[in-house]
Amino acid sequence: MTENGQRTRSLLRAAITLACAAAIYEVLARSGYFAPALLPTLPVIAHTFFASLADGSMIQHAVYTLYRVMFGFCLAVVVGLPLGILMARFQRVEGFFLPLVSALMPIPSFALVPLFMLWFGIGNLTTVLIVFYAATFPMVFNTWSGVRSVNPLWLRAAGCMGADENSLFWKVIIPGASPFIITGMRQAFLRAWIAVVGAEMIAASDWGLGWVIFDAKEFLNTDLMLAALVVIGGIGFLFERMVFGSLERATIQRWGMSRVAKG
Amino acid sequence: MVPIEISDVTLVYDTPSGKVPGVKNVNFNIDASEFVCIVGPSGCGKSTLLNIIAGFLSPVSGEIRIGGKAVTGHGMDRGVVFQDFAQLFPWRTALGNVTFGLEMKGVPKQERDTIAREQLRLVKLEKFTNSYPHHLSGGMQQRVAIARALAYNPAVLLMDEPFAALDAMTRDEMQRLLADVWKTTRKTVIYVTHNVAEAVYLADRVVVMSPHPGTVKAEVAIDLPRPRDPLSVEFLECQKELLRHLGHDVNAKETVN
Repeated sequence: MTENGQRTRSLLRAAITLACAAAIYEVLARSGYFAPALLPTLPVIAHTFFASLADGSMIQHAVYTLYRVMFGFCLAVVVGLPLGILMARFQRVEGFFLPLVSALMPIPSFALVPLFMLWFGIGNLTTVLIVFYAATFPMVFNTWSGVRSVNPLWLRAAGCMGADENSLFWKVIIPGASPFIITGMRQAFLRAWIAVVGAEMIAASDWGLGWVIFDAKEFLNTDLMLAALVVIGGIGFLFERMVFGSLERATIQRWGMSRVAKG
Repeated sequence: MVPIEISDVTLVYDTPSGKVPGVKNVNFNIDASEFVCIVGPSGCGKSTLLNIIAGFLSPVSGEIRIGGKAVTGHGMDRGVVFQDFAQLFPWRTALGNVTFGLEMKGVPKQERDTIAREQLRLVKLEKFTNSYPHHLSGGMQQRVAIARALAYNPAVLLMDEPFAALDAMTRDEMQRLLADVWKTTRKTVIYVTHNVAEAVYLADRVVVMSPHPGTVKAEVAIDLPRPRDPLSVEFLECQKELLRHLGHDVNAKETVN
């Protein structure tokens, strides 16, 4: 079967699943067992959703949230990628940072929000730092394992052909570890996306998708809460599929290396 | 091309269960443009010896000189082809793999592409210059590896059982191809194998090694005209002689290999 046909079919399957879930929800909402204010029907949610898009407020919220995520995520890549590489290349760096990483990684980023609020106040700084915290560890860990799993034969062959440290690094180690690095970025983005919504609920004011949900609770605006959830899910899905999916297709799938990352 | 002198090379492996001799007092010389095969049973130290010549391992005593210069690590005077197909960089096309050494040398892009295409033509892969390794068969991948090792024009080609993981038919084809490549390039080749027929087909001279510890047991010159006919009486005689050195009872069976 052609690649295009396969993609169409997988999209179709996804659409069927989503339609089924929506239908079940709609049946529950209209069953009369629940208060309409708590379980609004899909048309109501859709109406709120389009209204919030039309007046620009939802887009503005999404832009704020995306800005915080991208800022924190990029910071995590800038710090996590070199750190993971250094840890894999130098025993001393590994010896110093590994206990630190192991100790900090299990702490949920959400648990740090109140503390960060006291330290950094309410607003972008706190939310960006929470995102950074959540995204850094998957980045470090995956890069670290990726560099350690670079086939020694590649290093040997490159050495024979006169590669110096610099070329080894850029032309062998980085592409050789790329399946893991891309997986690391994927996981980091997901963790960042989850973290930002939590952080915004407490530590943001006026703007952000997390803040919308938390604020809507005060006015019993469940339709707005659900509309914001749709946006959160939609953007997360788009990034996962479009950005990281096409990054994978352009690199490790093209090179026949994607099995390494999954296995 | 340059001669190689191997004098009194000894290497001992440090393992958790004590010191294990790898090779002991190995002595032999290789002439410029000579094709030498090293054969022996597994554990005889033939790969160890090749790794020392390549500069991946350093001997405890003795030394190796290539063109009069002592080996102290890997260098661009030697090209290496390994047994494992995974030696190619999967993120580079066949052409990209072959240009790697030239890139390291600082050859301008256009020139290195021209040279790499030339090398790929030599191994009959000119149609696959833009293919990634995972789209090539095992035999094709090994041909890319040969082209890659030749591209930056090393004087010596070191090959560690490059065709051992291929099926028999592909292997025969690859041996013919390598014989042609050698005829064209006249590199000094050191080729490690455990396949006696392969050694007789390719080599000017075969160095037979025996294990525990790895030492040179015999050196056999193969004076057959090329291209060689693996079914000729002389060819089989050479095989028998090698097998005798390897300790096989040749007379027990009429057919060898």
